[in-house]
Amino acid sequence: MQELNCIVNGKNVSIMIDPSHTLVDVLRVDLGLTGTKKGCEEGECGACTVLIDGVAVNSCLIPAMKATDKNILTIEGLINDDELDPIQEAFVEAGAIQCGFCTPGVVMSAKAMLMRDESPSEEDVKEELSGHFCRCTGYVQFYDAIRIASEKIKSRKAAASKK
Amino acid sequence: MKKVEKYLFPKCIEECIKMLYENKGEARLVSGSTDLSLWIKDEKVSPAVLVDVSDLKEMRFVELVGDKLVIGASMTHAEIASNEKVKKYFPALSDGCRNVGSPQIRNVATLAGNIVSAQPAADSVVPMTALDASCEIVDEKGSRIQKIRELPKKVGVSTIDPTKEVMTKIFIEIPKCKYGTAFKRISPREAMSLPVVNVAVMLMADASGVITEARVVASPVDIVPFRAKKTEEYLIGKKPTEDVFEEASKLAGEEASPRDSLQRGSGAYRKNLVKDLVGQALKQASLTLA
Repeated sequence: MQELNCIVNGKNVSIMIDPSHTLVDVLRVDLGLTGTKKGCEEGECGACTVLIDGVAVNSCLIPAMKATDKNILTIEGLINDDELDPIQEAFVEAGAIQCGFCTPGVVMSAKAMLMRDESPSEEDVKEELSGHFCRCTGYVQFYDAIRIASEKIKSRKAAASKK
Repeated sequence: MKKVEKYLFPKCIEECIKMLYENKGEARLVSGSTDLSLWIKDEKVSPAVLVDVSDLKEMRFVELVGDKLVIGASMTHAEIASNEKVKKYFPALSDGCRNVGSPQIRNVATLAGNIVSAQPAADSVVPMTALDASCEIVDEKGSRIQKIRELPKKVGVSTIDPTKEVMTKIFIEIPKCKYGTAFKRISPREAMSLPVVNVAVMLMADASGVITEARVVASPVDIVPFRAKKTEEYLIGKKPTEDVFEEASKLAGEEASPRDSLQRGSGAYRKNLVKDLVGQALKQASLTLA
C-alpha cells in the first residue's frame, strides 16, 4: 500500500491505496465516486474520462499514483451547491443522453475543451469527442449540447461582468 | 503474478537512473502509461516498481539548440502536435503526432514512449524515421546518442531497455538547405484506428531546386518502419516535377511489399495505397522546396 495525496473535486484527499490500481478503480472503489464509468478498460471507449489538471485522460489507463499532487475533476465535481454545471444543463436541454453510460466521460471532455476555449468550432468539438464511443448514437445531440453550453457560459460571464 | 508494489517519482534523471538501478530487474520506467497499463493487465510484463518520469522538468521542453530542434522525452503527443516550432520546422511530425490514438491518449502518451514501444506503424515514429531523428539514452554507465531508425528490432521490441535505460531527449537536425516534410495516412476512420498505411517523407534541395537528399518511409510494410531506398535513390539529382513524383510513387509501390492482413486489407490494395500516399506526400513536401 502507498499513500496517495491529491485533490479530488476540490477536496484534499489522502488515502492508502494499492499502487497497482488504476485511477478509475481508486475513484470508484476507494472513493465511491461511481459517476466515472468503466467501459472497455483499454482506453478505446472514453467512458472513464476524467480531468487531471484540466486535461482529459482515460482513467482506466492511468496508474492511480499518477494523481499524486494533481487536481482531479470527475463528473461529481461539476455540481456547484446543488446547481448543475452549464454543460450538464445543456446536455439535458439537448437531450444528449440515452442510456447514459458514456455521458459522464463525454461531459468531462466537453468540460476540458470549454475551459480551454469557450467558442470551439464544430471541427474542434468533433475532434475532442473523437475518443468517445456512444452506442446509442447520440453524437449530433452532443454537438448541439456543447454549442448550447458554450452560449450559456459566455452569456453568464457577460452577465457577471456587468454586475 | 507479481503486482506493482511501489510507484516512484524521481526528481531528476540522475535519481531516476538510481531508482532503476537499485530495483534492478524489478523496476520499469513509465511515462504516459497508455501502453504499459495494458501490458501489465495482460501480464505481458510484471514490474514490481514503476519509476514515473512524466513530470521531470529536465525532460519537458521543446527548444531550438543551434541547428537542431530538441524535444524532451516526456513531451506528450498533444503537446508536440500543437507546438509552434514543431509545426514550423517539421509539419510531418506535428501531423503524425496528431493522428495517434484519441485526444485522451495524446494528452498523456509520449513520443518517446511510442518509439520504445516499437510498433512499426506508429504514427509519430514513421515521421521521426523520415526526419532521421536521434535521441539521447542514459543509463548508470553514462549516455549515448543513437539514431531513432536504429532502435526498433522487431514488432513491439526496441533496443532500449526500460528497466535500466531512459530516453531523455530527441534531436532533429534542421537542414541549412531548402527542405520539406509531409505525413499521410489512411485508416478506416479518423480517430482510434490503426493506419492501413502511413507514409512520411523528407526532401532536401539545393539552391537550384534539385533534390539532394530524400527519405521516404512507409508502414506497416515491414517489421520496422520501411525505407523505400530505391525511390529515394531515384529522387536524388532530379527536380521536383509531377512526372518525377509519379515515377517515384510507382517505384515506392513496387518496392514495398505489405502482407495480406485481415485487419488492414490485402497486400495488393496496400501496395496501391503506398504508391498513392507517397505521391501525395512528395507533392506536399515539395511545396517548400521552390
